[in-house]
Amino acid sequence: MSMSDEDKIIEEATSGEYKYGFVSNIDSELAQKGLTEETIRFISGKKNEPEWLLDWRLKAFKMWENMEEPEWAHISYPKPEFQDIIYYAAPKPKKEYESLDEVDPEILKTFEKLGVPINEQKALAGVAVDVVMDSVSVATTFKEKLSELGIIFCSFSEAVKNHPDLVKKYVGSVVPQADNFYSALNSAVFSDGSFCYIPKGVKCPMELSTYFRINEANTGQFERTLIIAEEGSYVSYLEGCTAPQRDENQLHAAVVEIVAMKDAEVKYSTVQNWYPGDKKGRGGIYNFVTKRGLCAEENSKISWTQVETGSAVTWKYPSCILKGDNSVGEFFSVAVTNNMQQADTGTKMIHIGKNTKSTIVSKGISAGKSQNSYRGLVKIGKGAVGSRNFSQCDSLLIGDRCGAHTFPYIECNNKSAKIEHEATTSKIGEDQLFYCNQRGIKTDKAIGLIVNGFCKNVMDNLPMEFAIEAKKLLEISLEGSVG
Amino acid sequence: MLKIDGLEAEIEGKQILKGLNLEVKPGEIHAVMGPNGSGKSTLASVLAGREEYEVTGGSVDFLEKDLLDLAPEERAGEGVFLAFQYPVEIPGVSNINFIKTAVNEVRDYRGLPAMETKEFMAHLKEKQKLVKLSGKLANRSVNEGFSGGEKKRNEIFQMAMLEPKLGVLDETDSGLDIDALRIVASGVNELKSSKNAFVVITHYQRLLDYIVPDFVHVLYDGKIVKTGSKELALELEEKGYDWIIEEIEGKS
Repeated sequence: MSMSDEDKIIEEATSGEYKYGFVSNIDSELAQKGLTEETIRFISGKKNEPEWLLDWRLKAFKMWENMEEPEWAHISYPKPEFQDIIYYAAPKPKKEYESLDEVDPEILKTFEKLGVPINEQKALAGVAVDVVMDSVSVATTFKEKLSELGIIFCSFSEAVKNHPDLVKKYVGSVVPQADNFYSALNSAVFSDGSFCYIPKGVKCPMELSTYFRINEANTGQFERTLIIAEEGSYVSYLEGCTAPQRDENQLHAAVVEIVAMKDAEVKYSTVQNWYPGDKKGRGGIYNFVTKRGLCAEENSKISWTQVETGSAVTWKYPSCILKGDNSVGEFFSVAVTNNMQQADTGTKMIHIGKNTKSTIVSKGISAGKSQNSYRGLVKIGKGAVGSRNFSQCDSLLIGDRCGAHTFPYIECNNKSAKIEHEATTSKIGEDQLFYCNQRGIKTDKAIGLIVNGFCKNVMDNLPMEFAIEAKKLLEISLEGSVG
Repeated sequence: MLKIDGLEAEIEGKQILKGLNLEVKPGEIHAVMGPNGSGKSTLASVLAGREEYEVTGGSVDFLEKDLLDLAPEERAGEGVFLAFQYPVEIPGVSNINFIKTAVNEVRDYRGLPAMETKEFMAHLKEKQKLVKLSGKLANRSVNEGFSGGEKKRNEIFQMAMLEPKLGVLDETDSGLDIDALRIVASGVNELKSSKNAFVVITHYQRLLDYIVPDFVHVLYDGKIVKTGSKELALELEEKGYDWIIEEIEGKS
């Protein structure tokens, strides 16, 4: 994407607000273009943040200034012009349409196929909704129920205001500011995100979903999520949604941190379907995410399950640090790339405690001219006596112009550890397609069926409703990829 | 129902079918026999619409439609079913999900609504019984880890579920022990009606002990060179194909 395109998008985003007149004085709500110490002070000031958080941001910024954008991933893209981005635009960065008629018909078609109710369609596509939406009232009753149990589930900004001690204690404790280029950038300029705290012994009775907050806050491009599960607690957290999300921001650099205490379990499921760009790859979103969980104490468990179908470029490695003895880390991933999409994704399992166990199941599906890479690190520390890892990385190719790559890294410093790695690459066979066709199944549907079969042991880990949507999504993302 | 006229087809530039004629009426069972390489499996593949085969001449009418003009899935929708010689494995897709998708796709082609789950399950149970297919196989991945006999029974089960007008069995008997052979054959006999027809491609006469054909055709060098009643199959079993070949070559 050229700079002038980017300017245009920014212009559209901002002029959109102006056009529909949400705020009278637009200029005062926008940060100056570019990133300086001033920008960060401006953002922090706008959000009325405490001094310690401003200092924390500034420290991250100083580190970021001295860092280089990483180039080791198997992806290529024009580097974002960091001084050309507006880092703060409040309160509604998304342009709103007046009716669904103005929304891209392609997006509407997908909604229809997914069976998204009309009100939700409007919210997702960024149409102003004038009636009280069902999901808002659902969210309210939902929140009351959670607070009875002592569960905190709110936006990151609210958490800074209402639970500063918790935020201060844990923010950056799993992903330090200087961890990498994008985590440093996020730490300096993050706009908002989600915060979740599960008290000791509480099993969260429902799936926590950012979906419920769609209408409450637009989190923007630098999202930050922090989940803390105290001793003996359990939570299943869902991020994203299967419907294609429209966003004017090209660069997304989110950070997710999870902390699990003794006997606690956190299940984190993601379905990511950001705009991948057109068939030539123009205008798609860059998704550079740092996600990491810390199994801080014994018998804790963190599972990552992700279905990645969107974005032009994805760079993402949800990881687990298995510090507590007997702690367990899991990573289940389906990454689909079509057309010109590029994905470099995988995980890191860092075994520190004794008898720690990790499982990695990665399914990469490439179609069109896309490139799909698995990159994973399994590291066994000196003290990780009796630890085990099992990795399975399978790639499925559709057509002959795409690529699948596997980059497994293993570092083992303890002789009692057991590490297994299996990898396969296969192609959707003409034979399989013909067999389905002969039974009356059209090629697109046959591909959906075969691909869902290929991903089955990952999809089985998704919460049920999410899984049904994700299955449909896989079919839709690969439509027209053969013939 | 099916009228094949002067059909010529080739694969990778090699001509296999060289002017094949065959007419099948509703209620009939036709056996197609012949030595290796005579074009038996090519005939099955061309009828089902496999892309690698190029039709270079002739015509195929199926229920007053030009079959060669239709995509494979459209042929299935029209009621053509091919029981594969080598059924394909589809890992991770349960047998039940696969056949449910197929049944509903075919119904969709015919302008019918998807089958209700209850009705589908009843249909499924009935047809499973027909080919003595264990209920366990329904939940396993399509053909994955199935024995040879289970795969062939699964083909007949799918045929029973889809209730085609024309069933083409491509060497369904190969690799079957006698018990499996009986089960497969009785499945076909149960499905047989005055409204449908079968083309049974086979190497050996023994399948025809159980599926009794109305006509037996000998395919040789891409053409049907001899047609007779079920007794012809017995004669072939006894004397082989050489005498027919000599008969033809003597004539030409």
